[in-house]
Amino acid sequence: MTVDRRQLLAGLGKLLVLTPAAAAAWEYLEAGRPEEAPSYRLADHWWAMVIDVEACIGCGSCVRACKTENGVPLEPYYFRTWVERYHVPNGVSEHPEVDSPNGGYDGFPERYRPGDGAKSFFVPKLCNHCAHSPCTQVCPVGATFDSPDGVVLVDKSYCLGCRYCVQACPYGCRYIDPRTNTVDKCSLCYHRITKGLTTACCETCPTDARRLGDLKDPKDPIHEFLRAHKVQVLKPQMATGSKTWYAGLDGSVR
Amino acid sequence: MHGDLTTLVQGFMYPNEVELQWSVLIVLYPYITGLVAGAFILASLERVFRVEAVKPTYRLALLTALAFLIVAPLPLQLHLGHPERSFQMYLTPHTQSAMAMFGFVYLWYLMAVLVLEIWLEYRAEIVRTAQESAGLKRQLYRAMALWSDDVSEEARRLDDRIGYVLTIVGIPSAFLLHGYVGFIFGSIKANPWWSTPLMPIVFLFSAIVSGIALVLLMYMATCVAKRIPIDMRCVDTIAKYLFYAFLIDFALEGIDLLHRMYEADESFKSLDFMVKTKLFVSQILLQVVFGGLLPITLLALTQVAKLTDGARKAIYALSGVLTLVGIFAMRWNVVIGGQLFSKSFLGYTTYKMSFAHREGLLPAILLMLLPFAILAVLVKLLPPWHEPEADPRRA
Repeated sequence: MTVDRRQLLAGLGKLLVLTPAAAAAWEYLEAGRPEEAPSYRLADHWWAMVIDVEACIGCGSCVRACKTENGVPLEPYYFRTWVERYHVPNGVSEHPEVDSPNGGYDGFPERYRPGDGAKSFFVPKLCNHCAHSPCTQVCPVGATFDSPDGVVLVDKSYCLGCRYCVQACPYGCRYIDPRTNTVDKCSLCYHRITKGLTTACCETCPTDARRLGDLKDPKDPIHEFLRAHKVQVLKPQMATGSKTWYAGLDGSVR
Repeated sequence: MHGDLTTLVQGFMYPNEVELQWSVLIVLYPYITGLVAGAFILASLERVFRVEAVKPTYRLALLTALAFLIVAPLPLQLHLGHPERSFQMYLTPHTQSAMAMFGFVYLWYLMAVLVLEIWLEYRAEIVRTAQESAGLKRQLYRAMALWSDDVSEEARRLDDRIGYVLTIVGIPSAFLLHGYVGFIFGSIKANPWWSTPLMPIVFLFSAIVSGIALVLLMYMATCVAKRIPIDMRCVDTIAKYLFYAFLIDFALEGIDLLHRMYEADESFKSLDFMVKTKLFVSQILLQVVFGGLLPITLLALTQVAKLTDGARKAIYALSGVLTLVGIFAMRWNVVIGGQLFSKSFLGYTTYKMSFAHREGLLPAILLMLLPFAILAVLVKLLPPWHEPEADPRRA
């Protein structure tokens, strides 16, 4: 077997950065079979996310981290996660003013004066990793699917680019990657969470407003969070079995 | 690659919604399959219900349906991000997906129903043409007859029996083909503009309307081109069908509208605003007024007033054209309209149609002309206007 310089450096890099167990897991991960890695069993996990609306400060770190980690195109029409700013005059309006300049990537420029009689807050959005996802239902070839550990994923080598799933998602979480002409969406940083790491967005959130949780792990703090807070999912009338729960969600949020 | 698309947005849209996903090509898809289903259903009337008056259009309707059916998957292929993977829908279909079934419904309809029925209808003539000609033409027609030259009375009777059964199978198949296209849209619960159980039925009736209008126009055009007199009994009957089918279609769409207005659910204000602004021309003017009320009124006039042949011909031609425009506008409003508003109900985007682009206006125009080119070839190969000499059905 011949080893070129690139492979040698990559091997050395792994040796330096990863423990032997993690390096072994990495091999399986790279081969697209994380479930075969010795340290990760699909049947032992059921992933979800909780978001604390009160805690989000709209800094956009999550959006930047996500785009960097997952190679999301930088144009303002492609997001795996984004942040919306809500401004609700008198607090009861049926018509909130909402904006999300560049998805919150650059943070939010000052727009409203304090004390203007409205309530304002930020709402981070991402794929809800629904248990009954309407997007996977419609895919004609099964290129997007629910993984056994509760993540909605896309097989880019199989996607036709028909865009039916984009139409079927009630939350606007999918886009067509202009470089591959296939669909893309939040994978819950599957390459990270199957190695025992958290997602890029959770990793960088300075206020812990978003937290990854494993519902099958009885020691995971997500259980305490869900017990201690009044939570809601987006568009509950869609009955998608969303696994992204929001604490402190206002009724004006769409 | 883009201009700044965000300038096309009014209000708020989810960032990923700014770019429209389904273009004018996806408007053509239900339009073309609708024409196929409608033309076939008209042809079946003659065969199954023995409506002698529309007999002159029987073969033309079948060939028209075939020409359009051949083109039907092309806009989809052009639209796909990876057309080379589309055969995966046959190999590994996802059975829960409405779209996955398209390939099977399409193939069934194309091969099992339409091609076979046309072949049986023309078989005796194909054999005769093969026998009467020489050289390449002879070989071509022999191949088209599948190298069989049995046109005995018994064989013809069998052809006719199988053809009859095929037509009976074909009618629900035509209903399936287009009802199914409606289901693709109607089953998307995320989109309130599409999500209604009426969608397959509305699609089906609008398909019948557009197919009848197309065959009516094709028949009149071929008569004019061949300088043969238009059979007034035939066009009167077709126009009557067009009128009644259109009434049902218009009533169904009216029920849908009324229901939406009366229920006024969370999406209503947003959709109402869209219809009154961005869709005003294509929905109110083209679909409802000029493509709906006007042809229905004109056709109603021919049903109640005694008009000269010339006046009726002119009205039929005008109503046919208006109907085709109206149904096209309906497809446009469903497909494009369903993507102009945000699923947050807080804003709108704009559809900018490009021209010489893979999904632009130019390929759309070419795709609409292509069925007529195919039809010209089919008509050359299988002339629809002379009757078979020894037809056991009419014996």
